[in-house]
Amino acid sequence: MKPVPFNYVRAESVEHALDVLREHGDDAKVLAGGQSLVPALNMRLVRPGVLVDLNFVSGLDAITEENGALKVGALVRQAQAERSPAVRDACPLLTETLPLVGHFVTRNRGTVGGSIAHGDAAAELPLALVALGGSVVTSRRTIPAEEFFVAHFTTALEADELVTATTWPRRRPGEGWALEEFALRHGDFALAAAACTLEVQDGRVAAARLAVGSVTDRPELLDAQPFVGTALDANVAHEAGQAAAGMVDPPPNLHGSPRYRRRLIAALVERAVTRAWERGAS
Amino acid sequence: MTPVDVMVNGRRYREEVEPRLLLSDFLRHTIGLTGTHVGCEHGVCGACTVRLDGAAIRSCLVLAVQADGAEVETVEGLASNGELHPLQEAFRAHHALQCGFCTSGILMAAADLLEQGEVPTREEIVDMVSGHLCRCTGYEPIVDAIAQVAGS
Repeated sequence: MKPVPFNYVRAESVEHALDVLREHGDDAKVLAGGQSLVPALNMRLVRPGVLVDLNFVSGLDAITEENGALKVGALVRQAQAERSPAVRDACPLLTETLPLVGHFVTRNRGTVGGSIAHGDAAAELPLALVALGGSVVTSRRTIPAEEFFVAHFTTALEADELVTATTWPRRRPGEGWALEEFALRHGDFALAAAACTLEVQDGRVAAARLAVGSVTDRPELLDAQPFVGTALDANVAHEAGQAAAGMVDPPPNLHGSPRYRRRLIAALVERAVTRAWERGAS
Repeated sequence: MTPVDVMVNGRRYREEVEPRLLLSDFLRHTIGLTGTHVGCEHGVCGACTVRLDGAAIRSCLVLAVQADGAEVETVEGLASNGELHPLQEAFRAHHALQCGFCTSGILMAAADLLEQGEVPTREEIVDMVSGHLCRCTGYEPIVDAIAQVAGS
């Protein structure tokens, strides 16, 4: 199918885009990489009166580092971040996550900021951002990732507010990381996903963050206290997986019952905490 | 109507289009380059893949007006002076196409992959091809053809 007719505005600046959003409110839709929005337009699931194209706004495609965090401009293409030595150095979890997002060709166009603003509960980048304790920089404020994602496709963004960047904390010494997912085919949305970051000090887990995605209506932090303070061995990792499975209540979908998806979470969390531990301890 | 000024395969086109016109339909219907195929129109099948300023993209997920000022390369631009592109030669040699519907999209994505600097591993080629649906030859000959040109 084809999109319904709409007015097209090529934004010249963030301020210009915000003016259009203020004028048209919910009737306006922001276009970044378009890898989720354009399919929805083509299927007429979304029928905006005005489309505001950010792709010609300059200054939103830089990867910089400030205050101990990697700052990724909203229009940075996923492929650009995937190949960036600065990202690999500061935030290897992001480098490891990006190849799981869609396909080679969609990552060439899809943006990091667009995936975050879209807020798909099964998407990998929101999960990674929550697991890392990153934040979302908008045209008016900075929002911690765990407050930004509200529910499936629903974020804390106001109708006249734009994501301008995301910030990803730089890896600290002794910090390990891992993101694990299960999808039917590579590039598909995950049936379940888990991500973990933890700090190893003196042979123990000093601090940890554990998040799951796809099985909840937004990427959600789970209680990591049960394995903080331990020397994370196979038993602790197994218990962490079992505990995580007990904390989620996934809905059934075409490919898996709630019970199956809970078992996936148990396995993925076990793998994620194990791999994060191995990396932190090495 | 909105003006679009775009270079396609080295030739300049200036057209007036509706903003909702997809780049895939612009290429096929407005300027008549039907080598780019349209399958699913929601970014899943990969048949419409072309290069936009060098990057392989789904032309069904880009509006024609967004290509304003850009350079587009389609499968029609791969061969030069009557000589097939090495990828096209390899596809023929390996029987990597049958009906040809998916072929142009895979060729354009492979052309981008091969220009990324490092020689892709077979796994990376398989990963790239996983973004394209082929229903006749199966993927092995396609991966073989790309791997031959890549030297991997």
